Amino acid sequence: MQPSATRDLIVGLFVAIGLAAIAYLSIQVGGLSYKGPGGLRLYAVFDEIGGLKTRAPVAIAGVTVGQVIAIDLDDALRARVTLDIDPRLHLPSDTSAGIRTSGLLGDQFIALEPGAEETTLAGGEEIAMTESALSIERLIGKFVQNSGVK
Amino acid sequence: MKLTALETLGFRTVNLVAHLGRMAAFIGAIAMQTVRPPWRVRRFVGEVFDVGVLSLAIVCLSGATVGAVLGLQGYTTLARFGAENSLGAVVGLSLVRELGPVLTALLVTGRAGSAMAAEIASMVTTEQLDGLRMMSIDPVDFVVKPKALAMLVSMPMLNALFICFALFGGYLVGVELLGVDGGTYVTSMENAITWEDDVAGTLLKSVIFGGLVGFIATYRGYTATPTSAGVSAATTGTVVVGSVTVLLFDYIITALWGV
Repeated sequence: MQPSATRDLIVGLFVAIGLAAIAYLSIQVGGLSYKGPGGLRLYAVFDEIGGLKTRAPVAIAGVTVGQVIAIDLDDALRARVTLDIDPRLHLPSDTSAGIRTSGLLGDQFIALEPGAEETTLAGGEEIAMTESALSIERLIGKFVQNSGVK
Repeated sequence: MKLTALETLGFRTVNLVAHLGRMAAFIGAIAMQTVRPPWRVRRFVGEVFDVGVLSLAIVCLSGATVGAVLGLQGYTTLARFGAENSLGAVVGLSLVRELGPVLTALLVTGRAGSAMAAEIASMVTTEQLDGLRMMSIDPVDFVVKPKALAMLVSMPMLNALFICFALFGGYLVGVELLGVDGGTYVTSMENAITWEDDVAGTLLKSVIFGGLVGFIATYRGYTATPTSAGVSAATTGTVVVGSVTVLLFDYIITALWGV
């Protein structure tokens, strides 16, 4: 066995590296995917959210500015999505939210499209204009109906 | 005297129950010594050196290799569906949920568990444990406890290091070699892995595996037949029983808690 002091040092180093690895897995890998500043809570109500999950990114023009932190049903049985967004943004009050898919098979995310109003959205407010998730099955169904195929 | 079939059954049952009882008593003794001074910190640190530090090389090397292979295999499979962008999620999830804790436990069983069993078994053979008892030192306190606890403590850390190296290996192959976009790889991995479902599960698994391997290694060594054949039987038994138990418990934990 090695001299005691050296051995203790090496064991201490091992424990430090081990704990750092656990912390890395917990915070970086297992943590939230959006690491920018949050704090601005907004709500958006959708008829259909498709496969949207919590932790899904919220993006403006493709730039991630926040994430979905909760999805639940409101009193009218529609999906109520809670968004956590960078508070430094001044979103016009007629901003609209839509559920998009990144690529054909990718995950779903929420795309915000800023409007033109002078007033801005404050925390706790609801985004009035929403666009539900695109369901390919429904789309094909509509197409088949309209084209009159029997 | 020839036993009837019924008597044989009864004899076997009694033996089995007695064996289970001895195992429980052994675990109880370790637990009792753990919460009672003397703490044996110096011996514990020495054992963490033997189990943790000396297993570092094999764990990190295997991790990087496993990650690289996962990246290669995952890419080949995903490319058939045009889903190469999910490579990070596939590599990360399979490592964190399954391969990390299981492979680390198997490696540590072979590397450190066998050595642990052989050491205690040869102490039994050379009557060193009896010598300790003569000095009224409990061998469970002095020899077994530091080893079992070192295994319990080292396993989660080795597991986390294994996963980190494997993620790095997968990144190297997927991004540098096969040309998946680096940001996509990392983002799909971080989106797929959650703390509650995956990372907590991997830590739970590795703590349970650490306790199991520590118990099996020390128990096989402690109860070894005091002959040279007994030492080799204890070592082999630790690797065989330890590996099978880890795989079995992996299924049970996954089935029970879905991690």
